[in-house]
Amino acid sequence: MSTEQQHETLVPPPPPVRRIVIDDPPTIVPAPRGGATAAGGTAPTASFQRTERADAAGVERMRTHALSIAYGGKPAVKAVDLPVRQGEVLALIGPSGCGKTTLLRSLNRLTELTATASREGRITLDGGDVDELEVTELRRRVSMVFQQPNPFPMSIFDNVAYALREQGSKRPRKAELMEPVEDALRRAGLWDEVGTTLDHPALRLSGGQQQRLCIARALAARPEVLLMDEPCSALDPKSTARIEELILQLRDEVAVVIVTHNLQQAYRIADHVAFMWLGELEEYGPVEQIFGAAHSQRTLDYVSGAFG
Amino acid sequence: MAAAAPASSAPARGPLGLLRRPWPDRRAELLLGAVACTILAFVLGMVVFVFANAWPSFRENGLGFFGAPPAGATVDQQLSEILQAPADPARWTYELNAWPLLWGTLLTTAGAIVIGTVFATFAALFLVEFAPARVRAVLAPVVTLLAGVPSVVYGLIGILAVAPQVAKLISDERKQSVAGIISLTGESWTVGVLILTMMIVPVMVAIIAESLRQVPNAWKEGAMACGVNRFRVAWTISVRTARPAIVAAAVLATARALGEAIMLAMVTGSVAFAPQPIDGPTFFFEPTRPLAATIVAYSEGLSVKPFAQTIYAFAALLLLSAMALSLIGWAAKQPMRKYGIRA
Amino acid sequence: MIENRRSWALRDRLGFYACWAAGLALCAIAAAVAIYMLVKGVSELRPAMLFERPSDGVDQRGQGGLLDPIAGSLLVTTIGIAIALPLGVGVALWLVEYARPFWLARLVESGVEVIAGTPSIVLAVFGLILFSESFLSVLSFKPEGADTAFGRSFLIAGAMMSLIALPLIVGATREGLNAIPGHVREASYALGKTKAATIRRVLLPTVRPNIAAGTALGMGRIIGDTAIIVILLGATARLQPLEDVFGPAGPLRGTGSTLTSFVYNNSPAGEGGAFEKAYAAAFVLLLIVVVLNLVVARIAGGAARQGGR
Repeated sequence: MSTEQQHETLVPPPPPVRRIVIDDPPTIVPAPRGGATAAGGTAPTASFQRTERADAAGVERMRTHALSIAYGGKPAVKAVDLPVRQGEVLALIGPSGCGKTTLLRSLNRLTELTATASREGRITLDGGDVDELEVTELRRRVSMVFQQPNPFPMSIFDNVAYALREQGSKRPRKAELMEPVEDALRRAGLWDEVGTTLDHPALRLSGGQQQRLCIARALAARPEVLLMDEPCSALDPKSTARIEELILQLRDEVAVVIVTHNLQQAYRIADHVAFMWLGELEEYGPVEQIFGAAHSQRTLDYVSGAFG
Repeated sequence: MAAAAPASSAPARGPLGLLRRPWPDRRAELLLGAVACTILAFVLGMVVFVFANAWPSFRENGLGFFGAPPAGATVDQQLSEILQAPADPARWTYELNAWPLLWGTLLTTAGAIVIGTVFATFAALFLVEFAPARVRAVLAPVVTLLAGVPSVVYGLIGILAVAPQVAKLISDERKQSVAGIISLTGESWTVGVLILTMMIVPVMVAIIAESLRQVPNAWKEGAMACGVNRFRVAWTISVRTARPAIVAAAVLATARALGEAIMLAMVTGSVAFAPQPIDGPTFFFEPTRPLAATIVAYSEGLSVKPFAQTIYAFAALLLLSAMALSLIGWAAKQPMRKYGIRA
Repeated sequence: MIENRRSWALRDRLGFYACWAAGLALCAIAAAVAIYMLVKGVSELRPAMLFERPSDGVDQRGQGGLLDPIAGSLLVTTIGIAIALPLGVGVALWLVEYARPFWLARLVESGVEVIAGTPSIVLAVFGLILFSESFLSVLSFKPEGADTAFGRSFLIAGAMMSLIALPLIVGATREGLNAIPGHVREASYALGKTKAATIRRVLLPTVRPNIAAGTALGMGRIIGDTAIIVILLGATARLQPLEDVFGPAGPLRGTGSTLTSFVYNNSPAGEGGAFEKAYAAAFVLLLIVVVLNLVVARIAGGAARQGGR
């Protein structure tokens, strides 16, 4: 049940759980409205403050209409209506098995890889039904980063250039690809570290670097929507902080949908949050609403840690 | 370590008791080590013996061994000469120019490997990625069974079923054009290549398919999420990861093809002739006899010493190439390791 | 297919069709071979032939059975496995459990690989000269075959066949031994057992399915091998009479035929013109190989189920 509330400027209550103290406090500064990307983030304050958004809604990119997905007859997602907007981060939260990953994967039709999956309802991308698009075209416009970093067994350059190379019959030359690869690596915050060693095998990078490489790979084809399936759950806190920083920098160019079971993360980076329960969309709203003044009792219980 | 109390209830005395009493580790280790060393000694002995006995023929012929026979002579004639060795060792002849045999071996082996590797890669890709479940369930055991069919059965099919069909394609004019030198009966190096391909493909498919199956799903899924179509994903991710296995399969198949004696003796026409590409289409119908098949054809002559040494020269070549192939297979797998592809 | 292939690039479509073509061609070849051999074999094989001896003489047309070739195949396989099994298991045990000094272990490993890669024709030729020159006095009582077939006999053929099966048995046993987790051995040592006793009472029983699978694979290869038989057993169709099994005139030291050499000798490549006999023998050979493959599959399935300890 998607509702949108007019929100007053609330001072948000402190996060529901204790903050983890680490050596370098994350320099997370939400990108100011207007699109200027913070160059690496220079405000070193450890305490965290959310800046309010002047306007609530950006351009709507994708929307699900009464989407239902079932695996071999067993429903995993039931009648979900959800918008995905440019310029904001949408977080899908909920306990294990609530269908949030299935919902995410259906957005780029990855659920079709499972033979037993069936889908009802519509998903639209920029107004057009995704079923009418070529699935390869869809996946270039809506790309995905997975939970476990999965760089291909190739060099760093080949990894990032993969989506650009392997479409169509003409194979672009390496010189033509250099620019988009560099651009993608810069946007993923990895260029400084690997710019000189693009021929090295991607699997030799550390876990955090590999995940940023996967993000660069996903960004190379200039997608409109970026789907992230618990991208930080396999990483240490420092890498997690870097990637969260990255997400905030990216959100003006791509719409980001992130599945996370880490409530603090959702609080840190999301603009809108959808809480799912047993396949249904329990509540959807701005982050202040979900974490501050949730409409549903179940949401309140979940964000306050009554159950996981 | 001292022997513990006997574990079994049988009496531990007498000669059989030696076996029943718990053995000290040292004795067991020495015994098993001796067994292992026997095998090693045998292998070393075989290699040394084969090369030592092959030496006279190489020494007498020098590099001419690898050349073509002089005009008018054929390898078969030369072999008959060697076979008629008189009793006096000083009058033995070793003269041999084995190029027709080597060329025949090269043609059949290279042809089978090239066709077989391509065929096996696509078939394995089909088996693992694209086959519907029911077809896959049938195809997998079929491949295993095909791999076990003895070579003599393939030879029988080749000589009694395939060669006659090929013979129908040979017109009388073609037969006339080469009359006097060779006769075109349908048994040819092409039939040898076809049957040899049939023999090596099942094993290659098994090896490549096994490797394709082990490609991590995460890679394939990640590639599909990049917006690349199914075949391209299979080709650039799965086949690329399976490259060491493809090389290994090709090396294994080459070793098998080189050593294949019986089937090729049956279907290639068993004439020591070097097929000539300049003959045009007739080239494909010309007979030959690869190295291993020559050994089979002349197996009766092994009691004549100079002839036996000539045969050993052939065996030495085969052994050398088998060992070289092992080395090549090992070396080819090394470069892929740095990208994280484990062979 | 969920994807619309019309949108693919041409090379992807061609590749996709090539995969299907290759897969279907493989099925077609298998079907053709199977049907052809089935038809020819059933038409030529009378069940009585399994129990009749081949007729005398080289020309096999018209009458006679397959008893001697079948017995020959069994004989060669038995001798080969009898030699290869203890040797193979011994080498595998040494390689996995001891393997000291290290360089020796690598050498032995390479040695087994060389044997595995050696073409059987080379093994055959080597065996011929090895046993006919008989420079090893221990072996001097073996080589004499019937009259002039010098350096040929079932014993020799069986001995060289054991080399064919050896790498398979070594490989399968090693695989089984390596799959046993270290804590099983440690538990046995902690109970006070010597290494030798551990091998005998704990490890060997565990890898029995692997050894059985390797043996079955080896048997399959031995039964199918022709080169060694043709060189080391010649073209006689019948075995020696059974009276003096271990003596000089008995079947072990004599020559004869196996199913494979029988097929070869009766085909156009051999001396006989009895193609029907060749088909019949080939059919029986195929049946045996298929059964062996099924046995291997059963054993391998059992080992897989057991191996999850």
